[in-house]
Amino acid sequence: MSAGGGLDARVEVPGRLAADLRADAGDVVAVVGPNGAGKTTLLRVLAGLLDPGPGGHVSLGGRSWTDPPVLPRDRRVGYVVQGQALFPHLSARENVAFGLRARGLGRAAARERADVELERLGVGAFGDRRPGQLSGGQAQRVAVARALATDPDLLLLDEPFAGLDVGVAASLRVELARHLASYDGVALLVTHDAVDALTLGTRVLVLEDGRVAQTGTPADVAAHPRTDHVARLVGLNVLRAPDDPGRLTAFRPSAVTLSVAEPTGSARLRWSGSVEQLTPYGDGVRVAVRTTHERPVLADVTAAAVAELALHPGLRVWASVKETAVTRYPATADG
Amino acid sequence: MTGRTTSTLGRPPAVLVVPAALASVFLVLPLVALVLATPWSTFLDNLTSPEVLDALRITALTSGLTVVTCLVLGTPLAWVLARVDFRGRGLLRALVTVPLVLPPVVAGVALVSALGRSGLVGEPLRDATGITLPFTMTAVVIAHTFVAMPFYVISVEGALRTAGEQYDEVASCLGATRWTTFRRVTLPLALPGVVAGSVLAWARSLGEFGATVTFAGNYPGATQTMPSRIYTVLVNDPEGARTLSMILLLSSVLVLAALRNRWLTTGASA
Repeated sequence: MSAGGGLDARVEVPGRLAADLRADAGDVVAVVGPNGAGKTTLLRVLAGLLDPGPGGHVSLGGRSWTDPPVLPRDRRVGYVVQGQALFPHLSARENVAFGLRARGLGRAAARERADVELERLGVGAFGDRRPGQLSGGQAQRVAVARALATDPDLLLLDEPFAGLDVGVAASLRVELARHLASYDGVALLVTHDAVDALTLGTRVLVLEDGRVAQTGTPADVAAHPRTDHVARLVGLNVLRAPDDPGRLTAFRPSAVTLSVAEPTGSARLRWSGSVEQLTPYGDGVRVAVRTTHERPVLADVTAAAVAELALHPGLRVWASVKETAVTRYPATADG
Repeated sequence: MTGRTTSTLGRPPAVLVVPAALASVFLVLPLVALVLATPWSTFLDNLTSPEVLDALRITALTSGLTVVTCLVLGTPLAWVLARVDFRGRGLLRALVTVPLVLPPVVAGVALVSALGRSGLVGEPLRDATGITLPFTMTAVVIAHTFVAMPFYVISVEGALRTAGEQYDEVASCLGATRWTTFRRVTLPLALPGVVAGSVLAWARSLGEFGATVTFAGNYPGATQTMPSRIYTVLVNDPEGARTLSMILLLSSVLVLAALRNRWLTTGASA
């Protein structure tokens, strides 16, 4: 359906983002990172709304979009912006038909195709409604239908689940996964959610402070987070060994044991520290223990354990973890 | 139960309430006096005198043409100011809004300097084509457009900026040219501002006097608008002057009502 091809981009927007990105047709690149990391900047550069910067370039399927520059309207990009930005004065059907009409399709044919796209996204019954009369989930589906209707070679989704009710987001996630699996172009999915990144992405790109902090397959990123942000995202403790800053140590908070007395027994890593914070987590409690490391060690314990140890902020405790529950890996991919 | 006039902060102080009452009386009294002084029994007779009908016709025609000129020329100017980044944009915006605060008679003198028989553009125009603008109905429309267009441009530019560029960007990613985007997205979204600007321009045109008499003169049947006629006949025909004034007052109230209606308020808050 789309002419397709791999994406090759280098972005150097001064003060905002410096990143390289390579992806093959059929790839879904999950872009994660804290606010202000440059995620939306990356999408805007790829769409052609921002200049890629002095040393930057973008090409898709071997055809350059930056030398000579190609206008956004001549790139075949489907861009679902955050907040959808459906045209408020047009019905859902007219919104989806807009791109087809702009690319020269006749009115009747465009409306027909728009109805097909709306039907595919499960909002076929709402074609006559204005965006103001749609729920958040319906509006997001219309926005995705509008982007897909023009058969884009590159699909950009900026936080498609943001601001949706949990249930609505869950069902949209399932459908989007289906559409992304059958999509043969390159897709980029910006998300805050580790689950989205790890389940929908075929590759993960972590941006922090305008740089690429980590990139790899979802399994690799989940098992070997290289920054605190990724570690928190995937729910792991990641510590840098004081004697060897080039190596990282990762372990699950549920593998950590807390005790008031120094734990005995061999093959255990142990840290002494004070309880910093207690927060409900799942059906237990997540305890943050401040140690000599830059980040607190997180431990998931049962409510019974909290009561038994009389855990409260400021209490001196020992956190320990079995050597067998720890993975060690270099801090950089090529290290 | 507390009354409506006293709030939990205490009674409004007399030092503020008394001047406020004075100001209200000052603003309302002349309008009441005009309504009382209007010769209602002969209202229709005054209205149907040939000179008054001429003034009405010229005012209706010129204010309508002024709005059309604003739509055709002012909308593109507002779009350029809101959407095109170029050196001197701030200066251009400042310059085109000068007529907003210029005394109307000065606007008239400026128009004579530019388009008068021996004006900067007027003289070559006359030499080349034999056309002279001053003291024609075209001159009335030019004078009105000169003072009214800034209101229109400011209003539409504001609406374009409020609507934001996001929709333009989305349209562009969907493959639309800038012209298609303007027609199908930008302009429809700025429509409340276009309507508000048109109403403002029309109201400004309706009451325009200084620039008109200076540049277009005050010839009954040719360039005499309602305000010009009111000024002309106030001494000799106060009844006629009051009748015309009453019509303009009613028009102004209608404008005010239109500006308060749903369309325009959604435009302001969108």
